[in-house]
Amino acid sequence: MMAALRPRRSAMPGFGITMGVTLTMLSLVVLLPIGALVIKGTAFGPEAVWEVVNRPRTWAALWLSFRLSALAALFNLVFGVLLAWVLVRYRFVGRRLFDAAVDLPFALPTAVAGIALTTLYAPNGVFGSVLAHLGWRVAYTQWGIFVALVFVGLPFVVRTVQPVLATMDRELEEASATLGASRTRTICKVILPMLMPAALTGVALALARAVGEYGSVIFIAGNIPMRTEIAPLLIVIQLEEFNYDAAAAIGLAMLAISFVLLLAINLLQVWSRRRIENA
Amino acid sequence: MPDTVPHAFARHAVSPVTERAWVRHTLIALAATGLAVLVFAPLCVVFQEALAGDWRTALANPDARSAIRLTLTVTAISVPLNAIFGITAAWAITKFEFRGKALLITLIDLPFSVSPVVAGLCLVLLFGANTGIGGWMVAHGHPIIFALPGIVLATLFITFPFVARELIPLMTEQGRTEEEAALSLGASGLRTFATVTLPNIRWALLYGVLLSNARAMGEFGAVAVVSGKIRGQTATMPITIEMLYNEYLSVAAFTLAAVLALLALVTLALKTALELRHADQLAAIGHP
Repeated sequence: MMAALRPRRSAMPGFGITMGVTLTMLSLVVLLPIGALVIKGTAFGPEAVWEVVNRPRTWAALWLSFRLSALAALFNLVFGVLLAWVLVRYRFVGRRLFDAAVDLPFALPTAVAGIALTTLYAPNGVFGSVLAHLGWRVAYTQWGIFVALVFVGLPFVVRTVQPVLATMDRELEEASATLGASRTRTICKVILPMLMPAALTGVALALARAVGEYGSVIFIAGNIPMRTEIAPLLIVIQLEEFNYDAAAAIGLAMLAISFVLLLAINLLQVWSRRRIENA
Repeated sequence: MPDTVPHAFARHAVSPVTERAWVRHTLIALAATGLAVLVFAPLCVVFQEALAGDWRTALANPDARSAIRLTLTVTAISVPLNAIFGITAAWAITKFEFRGKALLITLIDLPFSVSPVVAGLCLVLLFGANTGIGGWMVAHGHPIIFALPGIVLATLFITFPFVARELIPLMTEQGRTEEEAALSLGASGLRTFATVTLPNIRWALLYGVLLSNARAMGEFGAVAVVSGKIRGQTATMPITIEMLYNEYLSVAAFTLAAVLALLALVTLALKTALELRHADQLAAIGHP
């Protein structure tokens, strides 16, 4: 391993020790545990893994996690681009406060967010009581999961779009306006297409985060099997019943989803870099 | 150029490179309403619920005390370890050329895309009492899962990329000429790092430590799987919040939640201050 990693001649000292510490910690903390999951799944056998994943309850949980994560990411795509636009382009009182508030979902522990959202949207909560009058139940339904996933995914699109928007050349918009395009047309045909790669990267990041999200969701979800039970909760339930094989099978399915999303994120980033270089 | 061109349009009622006033105001109002509902309301409700009852008694409760102590212990172990890892990884990656560098960076980022619950599951499968390593450790009186080491490992897994991710882009950008100069003048490797590299990366390092600290104190999913939730022993602050909330002890739960929320606010304030004062010495602003 170290021989393959030997650097080309360098005057810098410390390659051995820093690489040694890095690889040791990476292996101990990340690679060995993930390897243990893969080995457990392999020992359990592909057919047995599939049998667990193919159970209606597992399928329902995976599909619920993925579907609501996608819907929340889509909501955050629209609201995130709007928020980034307002924060970069307009000057108003409280802009800095708003900008800092975007990061709150990153900073606030998920369990805290979970109980706060549940209290707000419960039938006797501030928002929940108003919505109940309209006949709309949010807490303990799929809407509640959607709200929690919107909360945790909020910063991603804003933070990927913001720097692109801030460094965007205003001359392109001016050229478009000079050529007679209306403001709406300039935004739709010039600005939004340039923001797309960054925005989609943000969507993929939000999606990856939401699919695996646990803490902020379990309080508000109600956790009814087949209806409001998310995939990570199913793993926890299997572990509590000491069904390590079944937990590993669902864990492997979720790991596979994560890898696909990670691949998508990397491809999106390559695409976005190419577009910027070509522009 | 943005300074000169808009002037040419100044006489027109509407500049062609911005929107009409009512559109601007509507968009700002939409953004403000969205943030108020999504972000400010949950934050306010935490403090409102905590202050609605006897939060002093809740904070004096021995279980709450032990949860705070455990969370501080876990953070005090995992954050420095992560900082050391971040520095060594960034040094190896940015000061040397070697095959497999891109793969190494991807592997370091891996924990970002793994669900916390799956992370906890992986640790249980590797170190649980019914595994080879775990069984041996339990037999010798040092259990990993359902004990402090497991909670530390879970926290390390979740916060693993935070410091490295801040340092790698910045140190790539800074190159190695300054270090090479120091080395050619006869400074030792450690001295070069302490007097040349460290001052260059200190704000980014602080930024990474700050984010990693916030996440370490608040981690729930991964810790929930490995902690065993033994009250007074392996229940961290977020785990205790869950147990209290499920027992309908709302004030007690929200009091601990408010402590963590205050910490989140302090983190955000420090982060914003760092971004305002040292933006040039941070690699990227405001990513997870």
